[in-house]
Amino acid sequence: MTAIEAMLPTGRTEQRGLAWRAFVAILWRDIFVTGREFWVFLAQVALQPLFMLFVFAKVLGSLNYISKDYGHLLLPGIVALTAFLTALQSIAFPLIMEFSWSKEIEDRLLAPLATPLVAIEKIVMAVMRALAAAVLIFPVGALVLGSAPWRAAGVPLLAVVVVLGAWVGAAIGLTLGTFVPPSKIQVIFAVVLVPLMFTGATQYPWPSLDTLRWFQVVTALNPLTYASEGVRAALVPDVPHIAPWICIVVLLGAGLAFTVAGLKGFQRRAIA
Amino acid sequence: MTESAVEVRDLVKRYPKQKVNAVDGLSFDVVRGEVFGLLGPNGAGKTTTVGVLTTRVQPTSGAVRVAGVDVLRDPVSARSRLAVVPQQVNLDRSLTPRQNLIFHAAYHGVPSAVRRARAAEMLEQFGLADSADIKVDWYSGGMAQRLMIARALMHEPQVLFLDEPTTGLDPQSRLFLWDRLREMRARGVTIVLTTHDMDEAATLSDRVGIVDHGKLLALDSPEALVRGLTGQSVLDLTVAGQNGQALDETAAAIDGVDRVESVATGAGIPGPGANGQSRLRLYVSAEPSSLLAPVVSALAAHGASVSNVRIGEPSLEDVFINLTGRGLR
Repeated sequence: MTAIEAMLPTGRTEQRGLAWRAFVAILWRDIFVTGREFWVFLAQVALQPLFMLFVFAKVLGSLNYISKDYGHLLLPGIVALTAFLTALQSIAFPLIMEFSWSKEIEDRLLAPLATPLVAIEKIVMAVMRALAAAVLIFPVGALVLGSAPWRAAGVPLLAVVVVLGAWVGAAIGLTLGTFVPPSKIQVIFAVVLVPLMFTGATQYPWPSLDTLRWFQVVTALNPLTYASEGVRAALVPDVPHIAPWICIVVLLGAGLAFTVAGLKGFQRRAIA
Repeated sequence: MTESAVEVRDLVKRYPKQKVNAVDGLSFDVVRGEVFGLLGPNGAGKTTTVGVLTTRVQPTSGAVRVAGVDVLRDPVSARSRLAVVPQQVNLDRSLTPRQNLIFHAAYHGVPSAVRRARAAEMLEQFGLADSADIKVDWYSGGMAQRLMIARALMHEPQVLFLDEPTTGLDPQSRLFLWDRLREMRARGVTIVLTTHDMDEAATLSDRVGIVDHGKLLALDSPEALVRGLTGQSVLDLTVAGQNGQALDETAAAIDGVDRVESVATGAGIPGPGANGQSRLRLYVSAEPSSLLAPVVSALAAHGASVSNVRIGEPSLEDVFINLTGRGLR
């Protein structure tokens, strides 16, 4: 490149090519790192839901505290929970660290692509990890229970709801990861993550809550509820559930809202 | 076509909820291919200025160009032409040193075969070839610093920014770094470094800009700055035998001597010390060695003998202190 060429402003097309290559390279970096630590990743995302499934469905079921078919109600909820939480945790905690202690993200912020694309890459990666986790948890959960609900006709709805649930989780993770100061990591876990896990209609179908009205209202505010209900609508439609179209609309709305908030927070952290 | 690698025009940055501007109307140019030192006390606005130049800080007003690109309007193109070596280690700890280099090049669109070859070459050049495939966490501060510079060079930037590059490095690492920077300069890379190490600024920089409270106080080559400060050299004399006051006046009367100061001796009090010796500091505008004979003979006429002489040149540090004051930040 001559000195004169170097001085000319880069063309739009060339710049777009550069940004695209940077995006793919950053995504590849994350896939590469996740792939190398795949077993660690699996333990991180799968153990907690599996234990929940094992204790609530298998153990309590064997002790006759709950009915045998509770497992078929719980497993779809666990699939939704896994996708949602895996995506959230894939972004939130690493991002807090990357912005404060390790500063690792700086090299990517200085890559030739628009700053929001670095955040969008995080969302894409988190959704991919969440899908991998959800796909794995289903057969393993079936092994734990000894059987699993399956409906081929429900697969399209299942796919849509799991992807949307993962996206919402990722977007919430991005929002938390950019708004929460590093000193408050422990607090988030206690006051955000645990309530999200237990008010998300994972362990109970939402319509059956009408005897516990206040709790029904609280759970209606948690986007995870709509992911759980959507997965149940796909796999066990006999259980009362929120209409799938409502689930999809709410998940879309929550995904958009948190993505906007998260991108705003990301921009604020990335550029002083 | 402009020859400037970096242009800063009326740059102002005020952080939210701050009463004063961190950068307050800064303007300067860095010539293509030079090493430019941005000097200033802590909090002077150096890092903020570099932040704006490297697309990481949004200025309140003003304009900046790097390698011909308007940084504010086209940050993406700017990023492809510049590189940053930060003060704090920001290596990717999930990757090995070699992978750090290769992935950085990939982010910048360097083709696969080229980036592998270049990474190997860089690791060799920066003395890291034997530790290229271990954990980054195991690296010492000096190694991490070298790796960050190697990483910065992976996409062949036109302008390289280094923020306090040798803070906390051992002398070996510092000398090594200086050599590498000179090589880069020889290859035509423009280098902008911020520092408060006067030695480093004076040794490496073609030109130095001294900044304080967000304003540019002086800009010139280190030699010119030093000359411009005083027009003066310093002659330190240790004198035996006579009382100070009379000697002061005698010395001050000599042509070419601007000012005389009695300097504290061992006890910390100006004037003759316990052993009857006193020290005089002469600020001279003439060549100090040519004044030596007249001074010695004038003092001898008053019965004082000179037992020790030191010719001191003012340094960049004197310029710096003169411009920015002695107050702590």
